[in-house]
Amino acid sequence: MEAFAALLDALVYTTSRNRKLALLADYLRAAPDPDRGWALAALTDGLDFPAVKSSTIRNLMMERVDPLLWNLSRDFVGDTAETASLLWPEPDDPAPQDDLSLTEVVARLSALTRTTAPGELPRLLDRLDAKGRYALIKLATGGMRVGISARLAKTAFAQAFAVAVEEVEEYWHALAPPYSELFDWAAKGGPPPDLDPNFANIPRFRPFMLAHPLEDGAVDLADYAAEWKWDGIRVQLVRATNSEGRSETRVYSRSGDDISATFPELLGVLPFDAVLDGELLVQGTAQGGESGGAASFNALQQRLGRKTVSARMLRESPAFVRLYDVLLADGQDWREQPWESRRATLEGLMPRLPASHFDLSALVEADDFAALAAIRDTARDAAIEGLMLKRRDSPYVAGRKAALWYKWKRDPLLIDCVMMYAQRGSGKRSSFYSDYTFGCWNGDPDTGAELLPVGKAYSGFTDAELKQIDKFVRQNTLNRFGPVREVKRELVFEVAFDSVHTSKRHKSGLAMRFPRIHRIRWDKPAHEADRIEGLRALVKD
Amino acid sequence: MTAPFSWIRPEPWGIHIVPADVWVDPSRAVPRALVTHGHADHARGGHGTSIATPATLAIMELRYNTREGAVPAEYGENIAIGGGVTATFLPAGHVLGSAQVLLEHAGERVIITGDYKRAPDPTCAPFAVTPCDIFITEATFGLPVFTHPPIAEEIAKLLSARAANPDACVLVGAYALGKAQRVIAELRAAGHTDTIWLHGAMEAMCRLYEDHGVPLGDLKLVSDAPSKDAMRGHIIIAPPSALNDRWSRRLPDAITAMASGWMRVRGRARQRGVELPLVISDHADWHELTRTIAEVNPQETWITHGREEALLRWCALSQRRARALALVGYEDEDD
Repeated sequence: MEAFAALLDALVYTTSRNRKLALLADYLRAAPDPDRGWALAALTDGLDFPAVKSSTIRNLMMERVDPLLWNLSRDFVGDTAETASLLWPEPDDPAPQDDLSLTEVVARLSALTRTTAPGELPRLLDRLDAKGRYALIKLATGGMRVGISARLAKTAFAQAFAVAVEEVEEYWHALAPPYSELFDWAAKGGPPPDLDPNFANIPRFRPFMLAHPLEDGAVDLADYAAEWKWDGIRVQLVRATNSEGRSETRVYSRSGDDISATFPELLGVLPFDAVLDGELLVQGTAQGGESGGAASFNALQQRLGRKTVSARMLRESPAFVRLYDVLLADGQDWREQPWESRRATLEGLMPRLPASHFDLSALVEADDFAALAAIRDTARDAAIEGLMLKRRDSPYVAGRKAALWYKWKRDPLLIDCVMMYAQRGSGKRSSFYSDYTFGCWNGDPDTGAELLPVGKAYSGFTDAELKQIDKFVRQNTLNRFGPVREVKRELVFEVAFDSVHTSKRHKSGLAMRFPRIHRIRWDKPAHEADRIEGLRALVKD
Repeated sequence: MTAPFSWIRPEPWGIHIVPADVWVDPSRAVPRALVTHGHADHARGGHGTSIATPATLAIMELRYNTREGAVPAEYGENIAIGGGVTATFLPAGHVLGSAQVLLEHAGERVIITGDYKRAPDPTCAPFAVTPCDIFITEATFGLPVFTHPPIAEEIAKLLSARAANPDACVLVGAYALGKAQRVIAELRAAGHTDTIWLHGAMEAMCRLYEDHGVPLGDLKLVSDAPSKDAMRGHIIIAPPSALNDRWSRRLPDAITAMASGWMRVRGRARQRGVELPLVISDHADWHELTRTIAEVNPQETWITHGREEALLRWCALSQRRARALALVGYEDEDD
């Protein structure tokens, strides 16, 4: 438990991705089995101890600390687990005790019930120091919040044992904590986990094939097929049937996170075992129009990140999958086959799939690349992100492989905005004001119109430009709010963005997708920047 | 006959000793002031007369250019300040020269602690527990979550971060008066003899400490470093405000540390982008505050600034009379 608590503590204070990776990899190499597997599960929210809630902890504290002192402390610290770890009374008899192993802690927490928890938790807490108590309470109540995504954890695992991250991804979701088979294979040179005959029966994640951006130049349409690039979230739908004949479907995001609970309407509709690749969208017409369209990303966003979904959400924003590819179907692995035959297979599967929840991503036909470019230019009106170009003979391979798939986004929209606030960056940028909030005018600036914030960007400029902007911010500060400075409304940014949507979160009522600084218009007077109406006219909801 | 303790009156800008017309740590300029220590929320320029310990007067001269009207008071010396009031400066253990002020009038004894701590500190004299009727205490860390660990543990953390990162430097944010010198002195006590690099704002105060008999070893200024490489694998000390400032761009890759009692709370450290929190404070933690009140055992405790609500509650729970004074301008965000 000491090593895990130290890891958690170090992760809390580390913002750099590389340092997080190094910390986690070092821990995974050094910690014994199965502690390290439990740690991995805990950090990626793979553990749940339903008997322990935040209120369980609070109630324990109320018996030990004056309620007013608890409340004042909790308000100051801002986190129940941390406050409790700091206020837990040290036991009167501080006889040195052996370190509890993480495995033992997990076993004890798993055995708790609502009734036994208030009696048993103090025994564990009495054996730990403040750091250990924090780790224990976070472990028990969930939500580590140390910035470890599933992807980062897999990358750290791969780095720790010098194995391919794609392989780790492929096995990970088929295994349950503490992932003994995964460690046996990667850390101890054992056989890869898929030798287990039961492995095929688990609806597990397969790494996605990804695309490179098509920068300049053209491809020959004899070799490449084109599809629309839909603006939803890329998902993998997996159904498998176990030896008892029970089928299970799971939905995975691009990072390999299991998001099945967020989209329950997709779990019972795949009528055969398969692994399908597609875009998850909400029904609507904003992208692509009346026939074969879909709602904007904005509509989908309402449904993301939810653990439970209301009936109203399901009714008002029904999700479906627009299929791109087939990896496995009816017991056959198609990944080695060229895209053309996978496409033919997918088309053959379509009649067996309910149209309520599936459709096929249509191919975009053009005589030559120039004609395709012309079609791409219409994508703006159809509110589609752009085109995908897929080599007709490409196998389905994990990751981004050169020259197989390209994404060819339409040119971004541009608008002139005025910088309003600047915030310090983090890590290498911590001494620079590098995150900018900018706005557009809500009327004629010469007759008293105001700027309303429309977005925030922290990329698109060079290091030399960053220094110049930083200097501007420091010389033109109006107010300071902690790490944020309000600046004189003088500097115009030409901001590039993919699309703009209505939003209740912002005062301007608008939110941009992927805004970035395109050019810095040192020459342009602020009153010549664009107005809100101009931006609103570009909304495609 | 006047009411008990009516000769001492807390006002929003300081504590007024009425019969002597003298103020303690006033936040505005007054004709006569008693100054407990050199931090800017307690000491300031512009008073007609400032009575303080010689070290505090030296610090005030350095920081606020106050030469005129300085009246030195040694620890333990009884000073008649007029109106039948005697003032005695007693060590407070906070920073070099810091003092509690004992005031006696008509058989009544009042102590104003200024800022203080009970933990040992090689750079200043230790807090003297002294009986009194009214004990006027600070409460900067007056919440039970604040426990300052033994400083040796924190210094060990700092030294091991430095050893683990030979290609980087460890940049420690520390208040320029008191904290910086204490951290340096404790590093020396732990056997660290290498050059310690300083931000320019630290230089004069470190020299003042050395002049007052606190040796700090080999110190150099970052601005005098021949190259970034010269600072790799070293410890650099700067005021907290410089940690993320442009100044830090002249350093090699840095692990950002901060020496402060607030580092006990993770959110505070994260807010400031601190990677290596060092829980080192020159104020009393919760246990020191409550222990001190119990040891001094006054009839009444007055609380000047900080988290007074929690300390009031503790006094109520332990059946001690207490009240909070609404003084303005005392706060220590950087400790």
